Amino acid sequence: MIEILSATALASVQDLGRDGYLRYGVGTSGAMDRVALAAGNILLGNPENSAAIEIPMFPFQVRFLEDIAFALTGADANAELDGQPIPPWWTIQARKGQELRLSPPTHGARCYLALAGGIDVPVMLGSRSTQLRGEFGGYCGRTLKRGDVISAIASAERAEAYTALPAAGFGIEPPEFTLPLGDLESTAHATRTFVRVLPAAEYDCYEDASLESFWSQDWKITSQSDRYGYRLAGEALVTKTTLEQRSHGIVPGVIQVPHSGQPIIQLRDAQPSGGYPKIGTVIEADLWRLGQARPGTQLRFVQTTYEEALSALDEVHDYLNKIRRLTELYLLSKR
Amino acid sequence: MKNTDHADASPRISLLGTTGLLFEPPGDMDLHTQRRIWWLARHVEAWPCIKEAVPGMSNLMLIFDTPPRNIGKVENDLLDAWNSAGELQLDGRIIELPVIYGGEHGPHISDVIEHTGLSIEEIVQIHTEPLYTVYALGSHPGYCYLGGMDPRIATPRRKVPVLGLPGGAVSIGGAQTGVSASAGPSGWNTIGHTDMVFFDPQRDPPALLAPGDMIRFHAERIIK
Repeated sequence: MIEILSATALASVQDLGRDGYLRYGVGTSGAMDRVALAAGNILLGNPENSAAIEIPMFPFQVRFLEDIAFALTGADANAELDGQPIPPWWTIQARKGQELRLSPPTHGARCYLALAGGIDVPVMLGSRSTQLRGEFGGYCGRTLKRGDVISAIASAERAEAYTALPAAGFGIEPPEFTLPLGDLESTAHATRTFVRVLPAAEYDCYEDASLESFWSQDWKITSQSDRYGYRLAGEALVTKTTLEQRSHGIVPGVIQVPHSGQPIIQLRDAQPSGGYPKIGTVIEADLWRLGQARPGTQLRFVQTTYEEALSALDEVHDYLNKIRRLTELYLLSKR
Repeated sequence: MKNTDHADASPRISLLGTTGLLFEPPGDMDLHTQRRIWWLARHVEAWPCIKEAVPGMSNLMLIFDTPPRNIGKVENDLLDAWNSAGELQLDGRIIELPVIYGGEHGPHISDVIEHTGLSIEEIVQIHTEPLYTVYALGSHPGYCYLGGMDPRIATPRRKVPVLGLPGGAVSIGGAQTGVSASAGPSGWNTIGHTDMVFFDPQRDPPALLAPGDMIRFHAERIIK
């Protein structure tokens, strides 16, 4: 069990997302950075789809109400456990009464706090993710508040994982080093994030000049950006004729262009359907990069193909498989 | 505004990244097309590479279980299935919805008045006339897309979505109408309000209405 000590808003319980209820109007929810969520669970020996806390606002502070192993992945939030620095992408044993403090990250947007066993909230419509619009799932269907007490699922595996954990904990390499993309200099300083995009249904309906600027310009991620979507600002995109679509299904990553010409990337809490024209879709393999891109920074779209997008997805799976093997080997060697 | 006509004769298939695809057949947004969409959804959902088939307004989104390596084959199979699709009859219930039109809960009725050149009474009369069929659910938990709106009151979606619209908002977006089931953002023009509850996550299925059900709006009050 842990107790939330911060009044900082917008932290929520998320797993990999809710499948199979789009036909009832229920979007997927789930972690904005699913790679970080899965990695945190792998470090703890949890099933990859276990629920963890997604933290987008800092500082964020919790108190451990029992001895329990935890993992931190995603943005490097200069974590301290009772004042002792904890490296990013790390797992370590916490003792009852200890306090974990996360500070504003120098780059990256979201940090994930996973607990051994996974967070124990009821499964609603097949998932533990918070459905903010529907006010169900996660912790009481809402974001976390100061004083909330959150339990982990107790299991035999969890007890076994502890005994193997070294006192200083251990960590893994974050995916940005293993899966680099685009202009490394600006990526390293997190001023610009590159994501790959597949053209979508209305791509050909845009003026040639708009298509060129879509790929070549830096899009600013505005402050009106959250789990629902990122609103971008840049040179407006213009269609050859006025478009009015029939309502149709959409998925996280779809880049819609309302009449204003300023794109909106639909994300994890997005509606499962919409009617604005779609110029493209950020590929699934790069959604974690978006999840770590901050308002105020720049976004650059890189055109890709379906085959390349599949390879990119394979690379993400390979990365997760690699850290799973390393974690297992490491824990075995310490046993 | 002409894109809805789908003048080209063959269905359009477009990718949604590697997550799924969108199938948009030509033809009008009517019950005949929609019944074929329902048929197609039920048919392709049995395919091993498909996680979910999600009907839209005379279109269908497929979500991949794992993205198929051979996307061309899936597209061909889909076209074959569409060409052999029958009309799936779903005979649902009829629900009456009392609506307060205009006023503070219908803030965009003025935009519909301006766009259509009709009076508020005419708009309400035209909006309450048909028996609307639930074509599909989407947008947010329990939200129904309705077929059967009179094109005379069609009004384009808003240039910029409105952020904090309340649940129960009755709205028009393009040639469609619907009722929001909970508070949230929307790009549609809100013309009125109802108190009906459309979604309960504790129930299975969680939504009050299903495709094939029918709605009739009833003007409880008109506020000018």
